[in-house]
Amino acid sequence: MADRAFDIRRLPGAATLAIACFVILYIPMVILVANSFNAGKVIGRWEGLSLQWYLRAMENETFLAAARTSLILATLAALIATLTATMAALATTRSRGFRGEGTIHIVLNQPLMVPEIVLAIALLIIIAQIKQATGYTGLGYLVIAHSAFCIPFAYMPIRARLEGMDLTLETAAADLYASRLYAFRKVTLPLLAPGILAGFMLAFVISLDDVVISDFLKSPGQDTLPTYLLGELKRNLTSEIYAISSLLLLISVLVVAGSWLLSRKKT
Amino acid sequence: MDAEARAIRADTRRRWGLALPAVAIITLFSILPLAVVLAYSFLAPGDFGNVRWQLSFEGWFGVLFERDIFDDTISLSDAHLTILGRSITLSLITTLITLILGVPTAWFIATRPAGQRAFWLFLITIPFWTNLLVRTIAVQEMIRSDGVFNRLLLSAGVIDAPIQMMFTNFAVLVGMAYVFLPLMVLPVYSAIEKFDFRLAEAGYDLYASRLYCLRKVILPQVRPGIIAGSILVFVPSLGAYVTPRIMGGGKSMMLGNLIEMQFGQGRNWPLGAALALTLTALVLVALVWYTRLTSGGGRRRG
Repeated sequence: MADRAFDIRRLPGAATLAIACFVILYIPMVILVANSFNAGKVIGRWEGLSLQWYLRAMENETFLAAARTSLILATLAALIATLTATMAALATTRSRGFRGEGTIHIVLNQPLMVPEIVLAIALLIIIAQIKQATGYTGLGYLVIAHSAFCIPFAYMPIRARLEGMDLTLETAAADLYASRLYAFRKVTLPLLAPGILAGFMLAFVISLDDVVISDFLKSPGQDTLPTYLLGELKRNLTSEIYAISSLLLLISVLVVAGSWLLSRKKT
Repeated sequence: MDAEARAIRADTRRRWGLALPAVAIITLFSILPLAVVLAYSFLAPGDFGNVRWQLSFEGWFGVLFERDIFDDTISLSDAHLTILGRSITLSLITTLITLILGVPTAWFIATRPAGQRAFWLFLITIPFWTNLLVRTIAVQEMIRSDGVFNRLLLSAGVIDAPIQMMFTNFAVLVGMAYVFLPLMVLPVYSAIEKFDFRLAEAGYDLYASRLYCLRKVILPQVRPGIIAGSILVFVPSLGAYVTPRIMGGGKSMMLGNLIEMQFGQGRNWPLGAALALTLTALVLVALVWYTRLTSGGGRRRG
């Protein structure tokens, strides 16, 4: 052919727009992190490198309490969501269809279809009544509410992993007189582990990301990191907010990098 | 025969047992609360929030209409219509902006050599997984009065006084387009990545122009990804609460903020409940339209 240089893949302008897109995505985040290391008091006026905002955050009791709450909440919610989602995934995969399969499928995906703010006011209505009736104001409400909307996120990777799994290994285990439970523990579970881990990480990040539902349901003194940030933002914009935001950003980068490495090891 | 039926029943029972904890948690803490919202939307507001147990359609009435306090004349509620219109318009424009930026980006990543793709995808995944509030704070710094843009323009001497960009529709738009952009790139990428470029080359060899190829060969195959990305951006935009709250404040409210207000200062829970269900209905319409569109396309191809 005469026109060897022609490449359908090379779309004029696509690369320019793509680079613009990456620049747009990253500049605000880079500036946010840069501001958190500013020695000066005024945001945006650079006066040298300093860790003072991080040190100040580390001495801030309210922030530390919020960080603790977030960590406990996200861990518990992700554990509950992953455990129940694993069981549900085992129930809904590798079957020739059973009665009620469609119902289970709809229920498990329902939290994805409702806007967060709607779920937040719905839970507020119910939980306000329960709080009044029982007098219990602990973290339990947030844990169970977070578990509920984290289940679909934990469910997706676990189900995908199960569907891609080879049945022959389990059949082989059964042929070799392994009990159902033994085969599950020794064959199914190790094969499923990357899916479960991915599900847990997803659920953990989704719980950590939540602002609206936590903000509506928290009892006094139950701030999570995002609700604490939202409250501080209402009062005053400080470099300390940028330091805390940068820490949250760091957590995301670590989780993404972690799951990246895990998925590479798998293959 | 009887034994087989029994085995099927046992299998069904075992599967339901396994799924039960997850189903129970979601039913109790996601579906049941929505049913209560539906009930509350038909009750009368209490004096200090909450409701009085009395059948009333005032909540639903208040979604679109208002009654004059003095002479009881009924008119359309301008405030609510403005917010409803703004929510839909801004969500559509957000989708458009993310399409314009996201589709070329997805194309760019999908056409890199296989070894490089992981790196570019990684760059999209990081903002995707970063806290929404943190990203809103980051984009706020760009356009606030003392923010990056105003400082740059001031020091360059282009303007004398900072431009007030915060608390406008523009600010909400910038914020939403920024935070939802990764949601567009990922599904479009996976559609383009699956596309067999030999098809396009075949089209080109048969003297199709580049544009014709794009429209008739590539677009039909990539369309499901573009539709999925649009829905993934449009639906959370419509229900957005955090980003409009920070970028728009009280001046450029969206539906989510209006709903929250009824449970805060507004103290009109039935109206808030009716508004929340209106929002849910709008989202469901978008999702139903989406399934229609994708399953319809599948039928045509098959």
